[in-house]
Amino acid sequence: MRGSLLLRLGVVAWVTALVALPVTVLVLRGVEDGPHAFWIAVSDPTAIDALVLSLWTAALATTINAVVGTAVAWVLVRWDVPGRRVIAALVDLPLAIPTLVAGVLLVALFGPQTAVGHVLIGLGIPVAFARTGIVMALLFVTLPFVVRAVEPVLEELDPAEEEAAYTMGATRFTTLVRVLLPPILPAVAAGAVQTFARSVAEFGSLAAVSGNIPHRTLVAPVYILGEVEAGNPGGAASVSLVLLAIALSLQPLAGALARRAGARHA
Amino acid sequence: MHSLRRPTGVSRFIFLGVCAWLAALLLVPLGALCVNVASDLGHVVSVLSGPEALNAIALTLAVTLACIVFNGIFGVAGALVLVRQRFVGRRVLDALVDLPLALSPVMTGLAFLLVLGRSGVLRPVVDRLGLDVAFAWPSVLIVTLFVTLPFTLREVALVLEEVGDSEEQAASTLGASAWQAFWRVTLPNVRGGLVMGATLTAARALGEFGAVLVVGGSIANRTQTATTFIHGALEERQESAAYGMALLLAAAAVALLFVLQRRRE
Repeated sequence: MRGSLLLRLGVVAWVTALVALPVTVLVLRGVEDGPHAFWIAVSDPTAIDALVLSLWTAALATTINAVVGTAVAWVLVRWDVPGRRVIAALVDLPLAIPTLVAGVLLVALFGPQTAVGHVLIGLGIPVAFARTGIVMALLFVTLPFVVRAVEPVLEELDPAEEEAAYTMGATRFTTLVRVLLPPILPAVAAGAVQTFARSVAEFGSLAAVSGNIPHRTLVAPVYILGEVEAGNPGGAASVSLVLLAIALSLQPLAGALARRAGARHA
Repeated sequence: MHSLRRPTGVSRFIFLGVCAWLAALLLVPLGALCVNVASDLGHVVSVLSGPEALNAIALTLAVTLACIVFNGIFGVAGALVLVRQRFVGRRVLDALVDLPLALSPVMTGLAFLLVLGRSGVLRPVVDRLGLDVAFAWPSVLIVTLFVTLPFTLREVALVLEEVGDSEEQAASTLGASAWQAFWRVTLPNVRGGLVMGATLTAARALGEFGAVLVVGGSIANRTQTATTFIHGALEERQESAAYGMALLLAAAAVALLFVLQRRRE
């Protein structure tokens, strides 16, 4: 038993030094200068615009990926389509591709010096260094979350139920809303919460593609980098606390939804 | 698994829509990157074979390898403790392991800067030991260890939960020491989880950017990694250098993806 105690102490020491210590220091630094300094840091107009931009682009990307991700999962699970394995591999690609590279890919396609970018700017819809690029980068990096959450639940459902409803005269829409969606909804929501949390924290791809223009395309994580580089670690830590609070309040929600999604079809 | 049918009618439209979406979001940008690199191939090759790029690649590979090894050891140890042992504070430890997933990479970098940086809380200790940590390669390694901490541990824990501990108990009944049981029974059992964890760790370590940028400062030939090399090249408007290195990382990612897919099946 002495061996297992030593093992436990070693693991606790490792996790304490590597995780608990730096995160505690970050939190303490964020509130160290008192509530007034904290308020000044997070109510800076540039910081507020960055937080608002991060939140609404995350919400938009989450909404789109909730719909598209469910459709992708449905295609992968239900249909014998050509290239299923290729589609499945593509869905996992964003997990393997470095997030900065995802941003570089979008710049390589939509950058102002490229043919596509040139045309789109001419049409008045710039993608690179604009909000459209932010949402596209978020859609890229969060693509797998809803798909991978919905897939196993959908696999457990009997397609006969959908067919029965449809044969008995329900319209496609009624079948979708009354038969298909209710059992998979917790899984969709679990994937959506994960998507939102990742989007609010996303840095690498956005540093490359957003252009980082204050009040326009500067998202919260990139704003934090700017404050660090400008020699204001206290302010950076305060804004970090806002993001950390958002992330930590989402974690139990994601856990509960995932358990509900799993429990229904265990 | 239900028997699958070919899509017809509306389903076919949904299938085509899904294909078009994936192609537009993933394949077309990847193709654009390849075209950009190919159109300036000579220059890309000469930049990527220069000392700055090679040093960045070497640091990235060394850090990735070290993360796989450290996470292999602490991942198995941590999974054994969390799955097999019951003690006060187990749930806290469990939550701490997932905490790195909740932090934006920039926040990770900032947190370690506040610990190891010029006025960091551990600075006196680090200075007394005569170590060169902040804006040096050890800080790059430490933040990458932080961001990759959960992967191997969670994969190994999944396997441990599945197999239970009856085999270890059988081994010890037959007279094996705890150490023998670990090497002969536990380790072979969790091998699949270790490979999966190492793959996820490698993918994340090769591509970590925000934390490494904040804590390492992207100093050429010292703390610059493959990703911060790309960032630096973009800022200096050296697009082809950035695209070349990005393609290299994307190729590594695709190779890791193959391992991942194999394991899934």
